[in-house]
Amino acid sequence: MSPSTTATTAVLAQTLSREPDRLARAWRQARRRPASVVGAVIVLLFVVAAIAAPWIAGADPMQTDWKLIRKAPSLAHPFGTDDLGRDTFARVVWGSRISMQAGVFSILLAIAVGVPLGLVAGFYRGAIDQAIMRLTDAWLAFPFLILAIGLVTIMGPSLTNATIAIGLGATPTYIRLTRGLVLSTAAEDYVQGARALGAGDLRLMSRHVLPNIVSSLMVQATISIPIAIIAEAVLSFLGLGVQPPAPSWGTMLNTAQQFLDSAPWMAWWPGIAIFSLALSFNLAGDGLRDLLDPRDY
Amino acid sequence: MFDFLVRRAAISGVTLFVISMVVFTGVRMIPGDPARVMAGTDADAAGIEAIREKYGLGDPIPIQYLRWVGLALRGDLGHSIRTRESVVNTVATKLPITMELAFLSLLIAVGIAIPAGVLAAVRRNTVWDMLASGASLGGVSIPNFWLGLMLILFFSVQLGWLPASGFVSIWESPLDNLRRMIMPAFVLGTALAAVLMRQTRNSMIEVMSADYIRTAYSKGLAGRAVVFRHAIRNSLIPVVTILGLQMGALMSGAVVTEQIFVVPGFGRLIVESVFTRDYPLVQGVVLITASSYVLINLLVDLSYSLLNPRIRIGGTLRES
Repeated sequence: MSPSTTATTAVLAQTLSREPDRLARAWRQARRRPASVVGAVIVLLFVVAAIAAPWIAGADPMQTDWKLIRKAPSLAHPFGTDDLGRDTFARVVWGSRISMQAGVFSILLAIAVGVPLGLVAGFYRGAIDQAIMRLTDAWLAFPFLILAIGLVTIMGPSLTNATIAIGLGATPTYIRLTRGLVLSTAAEDYVQGARALGAGDLRLMSRHVLPNIVSSLMVQATISIPIAIIAEAVLSFLGLGVQPPAPSWGTMLNTAQQFLDSAPWMAWWPGIAIFSLALSFNLAGDGLRDLLDPRDY
Repeated sequence: MFDFLVRRAAISGVTLFVISMVVFTGVRMIPGDPARVMAGTDADAAGIEAIREKYGLGDPIPIQYLRWVGLALRGDLGHSIRTRESVVNTVATKLPITMELAFLSLLIAVGIAIPAGVLAAVRRNTVWDMLASGASLGGVSIPNFWLGLMLILFFSVQLGWLPASGFVSIWESPLDNLRRMIMPAFVLGTALAAVLMRQTRNSMIEVMSADYIRTAYSKGLAGRAVVFRHAIRNSLIPVVTILGLQMGALMSGAVVTEQIFVVPGFGRLIVESVFTRDYPLVQGVVLITASSYVLINLLVDLSYSLLNPRIRIGGTLRES
């Protein structure tokens, strides 16, 4: 065996052994952060609830019953019933579907719009960068919720429109973040090296820059999804999101507000659901940040 | 320093221009005919046409925009359709209420966040740190409108200690005013505190590992003196910036909080104007909100350059 093949084999062996290494490291990280693991598990439970809502809910979330108006939590209705006699537990379970949809899809939209803009701004600099960034500054000057309220007013209230409005509200954050990351990444030697080898702009951006900023974008997504979930609840609470009778946590809280003295449980559960989902996302996100951010190793 | 000022002010100017265009076109995209709304429900076609003529709503959009900007620069944002009062006057009566709310919540936020953040950083990785970080995470995750409902449920409905809603001017009765403002201010303040605490902790940790802090320790200064006299001051610089950026979040928060506690402030005005399709009011209120955000952040950046001379030489602060 020639020296060069030995070297190749060694490199190969090392590459192959890296995968288990990574898993082992992830496991070590996970054990060091039990709170993040709990958070991730709870997020997964909500995902399951969202997908399997028809089977978990037990009752029809839209079924009204005048004999069961505003009944306190009992064995048959563990979360009580609302002002139209609907089962609160079923509505909370179905609500997770709406919240998940709004939270995840709005941030996907923000990424789909924001990342390419930030990529172009950071990669090409100059006039196009200035144009994009001034637009972003103006965009950021509208408080998130006020922008979302404005957009929903223009487009009309619905779940889809609320999701779009929240996504567009979150977009400037992604433009800024991506641009900043691209600025530092594009200056790296390996990007310059690839350019010297004749790689085109598109290839540089997609093969060399983007993969290196994905982890930071993912961390940002775990921060923005809970914000988006809360924003959907707020819009629905204000009557600008999901319209009744659909079971959204925000609309449920809107109704609950009128019955705080006679049926406080109506206000407990949707709020606890939003709070625990947002908290779990944040906990899981904290763990992911430690896992992906090499600075903390 | 002068270059920095000019450059920073020019950028803000461009941003304000873009904002005015966005607001103007945005309001025009709201479905519905402003002339019809202004004329009222029982107006006939001729009446609507007269309104359209009077306010120049039939003119080309660029002309309408220029007229609006021209008037806005002279401090005239038109009149509310619903109340017929001038937009500037309406804002002038509502804004102080929200500013009082914002001031109180800022007091609460700073009062909680800075001691807690410093403590968490100095006693890093102890129970104190975990408690503070956990509280901060909870504060970020709790929907503030729900926190508001729960406070009403507990302090107003169950205990009967505080009125759930309503407003009394601070000039009428400062005590009654405070009794009604304390819950909304707490809701807004804790949300802000959660963000500020994290920032304070991180920046304090960074400062505590700086060379000059080690020097201070090694020349025999007591821990307390190092923290209070050397570390805190420097670590608060980035916190000031975050405070400026959080003004938008505070405004969003005020919209919801004022809605829940029925505080007749600026945030409630925004929601009302949108719901009643009061076009001039929406336009004026949103323009004022966005512009003040830009101006506040300009001031923050300038104050930052005063606090930290290194930035003046570097040119821009937040390379954007």
